[in-house]
Amino acid sequence: MRKGPFIVICAFLLLCLIGMVTGEVRYVLEKAVSICLDCIGIG
Amino acid sequence: MRRRLRRIIQSLSALLLNGYWYFPISRTIYQGQLKSICSPGLNCHSCPAATTACPLGAIQNFMAGIRVSMEAARYHFGFYVLGWLGIIGGLVGRMPCGWICPFGLIQDLLFKIPGRKIRIPDIFSYGPYIFLALTIFILPIWVVDAFGYGFLWFCKFICPAGTLEAGLPLLILQPTLYGMVGHLFYIKVAVLFFFFTWSVLASRPFCRTVCPLGAFYSFFNRVSLFQLKYHPEKCTHCELCYRDCPVDIKFYESPNDRRCIRCLVCLRESCAFGAISWEMGGTEGQSSRPKTSLVNSQ
Repeated sequence: MRKGPFIVICAFLLLCLIGMVTGEVRYVLEKAVSICLDCIGIG
Repeated sequence: MRRRLRRIIQSLSALLLNGYWYFPISRTIYQGQLKSICSPGLNCHSCPAATTACPLGAIQNFMAGIRVSMEAARYHFGFYVLGWLGIIGGLVGRMPCGWICPFGLIQDLLFKIPGRKIRIPDIFSYGPYIFLALTIFILPIWVVDAFGYGFLWFCKFICPAGTLEAGLPLLILQPTLYGMVGHLFYIKVAVLFFFFTWSVLASRPFCRTVCPLGAFYSFFNRVSLFQLKYHPEKCTHCELCYRDCPVDIKFYESPNDRRCIRCLVCLRESCAFGAISWEMGGTEGQSSRPKTSLVNSQ
């Protein structure tokens, strides 16, 4: 069995967890629940 | 039925990713907790019906705010989103492009309109990497306003999915926004119609020439857990896989090519000789079904 994919998945899982621990989930939510008119070309 | 399965999954994904149907009454976008999760495909989170965040929008927000967040000692580098996309890529590579992305579904449907079809030259396949590097990472970090914030270059100047799913619906829902519409929005509408027209003539032009999300996933096609396998002893080089491939790949020359969107049309519909199969983490899956009559006629 190839080990490469498991190493890749574990590395990105770790990256994801680091992001979660540092509060990035809340940041994503904050940005996604507000309409940024400038970002979609209006305004 | 085999062809329909992908269309059904694409449609269900589009409906789930845009499942907030209360928006005509609320006249605003969904603001629940699900929006802390990023969609695996390109789906604007400013769409009134969107239930998840757009991964490209989220990464750009991190990059645009990176200077300010570092000054505030918050150290938000977008690891959560990059990690999430990397996990998906590590599992299945570009499969979300072929099976989940709502904008991919729209392009697939437009390509079904009968008429003259054209191929997209291979040189354009490098476009998505340029857009990924420039509009998602470099420019949002590099070009900042007086307060140190960058701009969301891809969303603001290019993304046709944002125009279709967010810009136009929001103008309908909130007519007061008409007063804020400027030249940029008309340019974005022109970009949208350009890609719509191109999608009628060529298969998946946006995915193949611009989409930074597809570019990110493409790095994983050769290392992902899910792999397509080529069996040269069974291949007759009939080129049916090439004829049917939505991104014009000759499977027998390059299995798991970075451009492959893993739609599995070659495996499930084209190959009549069992020359293509799949595996997931070492477990062999079903091979393309040999059609007895065709095999006998060889």
